[in-house]
Amino acid sequence: MLPSCFLCVTLILIRVRNINGADLSVTRTCRMFSSLKQRVEDVLLPGDEFSLETDDTISLTEAVKPEKAVCGPGLRRSGDRLVVCKSGVLRHKPPNVFWIDSQQRRYVPAKGETVIGIVTAKSGDVFKVDVGGSEQASLSYLAFEGATKRNRPNVQVGDLVFAQFIIANKDMEPELACIDSSGRANGMGVFGAGGLLFRVSLGLVRRLLSPHNEVRSDLETLFPCELVVGMNGRLWVRSSSIQQTLIIANLLQSCETMTAQQRKELFRRVQQGAL
Amino acid sequence: MKDTPLSNCERDFLLRAIEEKKRLDGRQTYDYRRIKITFGTDYGCCFVDLGKTRVMAQVSCELVAPKENRPNEGIMFFNIELSPMASPAFEQGRQSELSVKLNRQLERCLRNSKCIDTESLCVVSGKTVWQIRVDIHMLNNDGNLMDASSIAAITALCHFRRPDVGIQGEEVTVYSPEERDPIPLSIYHMPISVSFSFFQQGTYLLVDPCEREERVMDGLLMIAMNKHREICSIQSSGGIMLLKEQVMRCSKIASVKVSEITELISKALLNDKAARKAGGRCGFAESMPQERITALKTEETPMEMKDVTERANDIIQKAEAPPPAYPKLNDDRENISDSEEEEVVILHPEIPGKVCTL
Repeated sequence: MLPSCFLCVTLILIRVRNINGADLSVTRTCRMFSSLKQRVEDVLLPGDEFSLETDDTISLTEAVKPEKAVCGPGLRRSGDRLVVCKSGVLRHKPPNVFWIDSQQRRYVPAKGETVIGIVTAKSGDVFKVDVGGSEQASLSYLAFEGATKRNRPNVQVGDLVFAQFIIANKDMEPELACIDSSGRANGMGVFGAGGLLFRVSLGLVRRLLSPHNEVRSDLETLFPCELVVGMNGRLWVRSSSIQQTLIIANLLQSCETMTAQQRKELFRRVQQGAL
Repeated sequence: MKDTPLSNCERDFLLRAIEEKKRLDGRQTYDYRRIKITFGTDYGCCFVDLGKTRVMAQVSCELVAPKENRPNEGIMFFNIELSPMASPAFEQGRQSELSVKLNRQLERCLRNSKCIDTESLCVVSGKTVWQIRVDIHMLNNDGNLMDASSIAAITALCHFRRPDVGIQGEEVTVYSPEERDPIPLSIYHMPISVSFSFFQQGTYLLVDPCEREERVMDGLLMIAMNKHREICSIQSSGGIMLLKEQVMRCSKIASVKVSEITELISKALLNDKAARKAGGRCGFAESMPQERITALKTEETPMEMKDVTERANDIIQKAEAPPPAYPKLNDDRENISDSEEEEVVILHPEIPGKVCTL
């Protein structure tokens, strides 16, 4: 009787919510990982596939390391294939995260994201807040730092709030809160006097929020300003004078379609003009 | 769907900026946004871009019976449609207040000013006249729909050609464009509307308000004028009290703006006529600029091109011969007799296809 060793490669799927709120699929593959890595930084269109090429021959001598590929927004698992469902550039973050970077202006609420909302109505115990999605979100009176039933927060209709989603899925009305899990405000709450609110695409917002990004460092060289970035595509800017606020707002709106080179050139010209 | 509500901080900021004479896009108080006029392939189709506000006008004609009290005049019919494409606040099919207001203003501006000679539209008095129908569609709303619509309407009317008709007694023959050239409408003058928005109870004034400015304005004054400085229509809405001097000042500003816009329209019409005569391609598709997204473009990287061929040949010669793709035939195979031999056609290997670049 020959000693036989069996190595099975199994496919295990776990659905996990990631920071972007899209469904994550964790799959164990052998070959898909390398084919994904080959196409990183390529422009992909919906319908492009990455198929699992499971080899029939499995080496019995060397250890087969199962590789997990974590798929972010824009990639969807269908059967044994990984299908692209948004057009954009495939990005990779080592060790194993892949996602599609796409341009979009329409916001879909996702849990955990911080957004800028406009209070539209006060009714009963909740505020109704417009976040740019298909429905208005609700924000409870008690979800502010230091708010009790007696001590109500000072929020008027038309105020801006910076809040985080605690419930955001397609089946329920989205809910916001201005405190984090430990009960502290952490920068959230009502704000906005004296600044300007404007809309940009979601891609620019994500670029501004990524660590060590160039747009923010270029902006720092210009004027001192306060900037609130909402992941629903809304930005709020305040600077020392109205003219400077308008300049920064216009610069950020035009940053969307410029290369790094053109942007640096523009910022340099503005800096020289301002001096 | 409801439009995004205006927050208090935006309203305060806009009003403060207007007090300091600053506008959101850096214009001066009396500046218009960039106006672009393009024509479609048919006569009478015109697109007007006023900044980001986009409007399309289409003129068409039909032979109908005239009205009883005006048996020898043609009929003009105007229709403005607020498409939901323009703004989430517009609903399809419903006659909103804004739509009624725009329709009424356009009718007063164009019909009551008698800019078109309706008597020339008569074919057989009392029986058949031309009905000219102007349909205006809003494609994008970024403020000041009225001005854009009036420019689009009058430009489309100037651009339009109606079919030629022949009358023999009581019979009317309509000639197709191939048989006889279509005739332009006879237009006496071009009324164009200019909108002024007022803030802080009439203290501050802005020409050509954009959508944000329209939301915070107190009132709107619309003056329709032609280039001969004749006022065709004045309308004030919002209930603000205006002084006589303010209205006079506005009319002076309006006459300057109207003459600029009229010149722009005439130039656009001339350019279109020249393009059609030269046989060049004209129409909406040609007029759209080739917009390229440069954000994802990479610069051309210079490459070292010296000695490429020598090095390539070198590499090929030094490389090992590729392994045979087919197994060698065994010697003990029997030879194929001539009758069974078939002609073997060797296909050229395919040239590797060019990679599609996006």
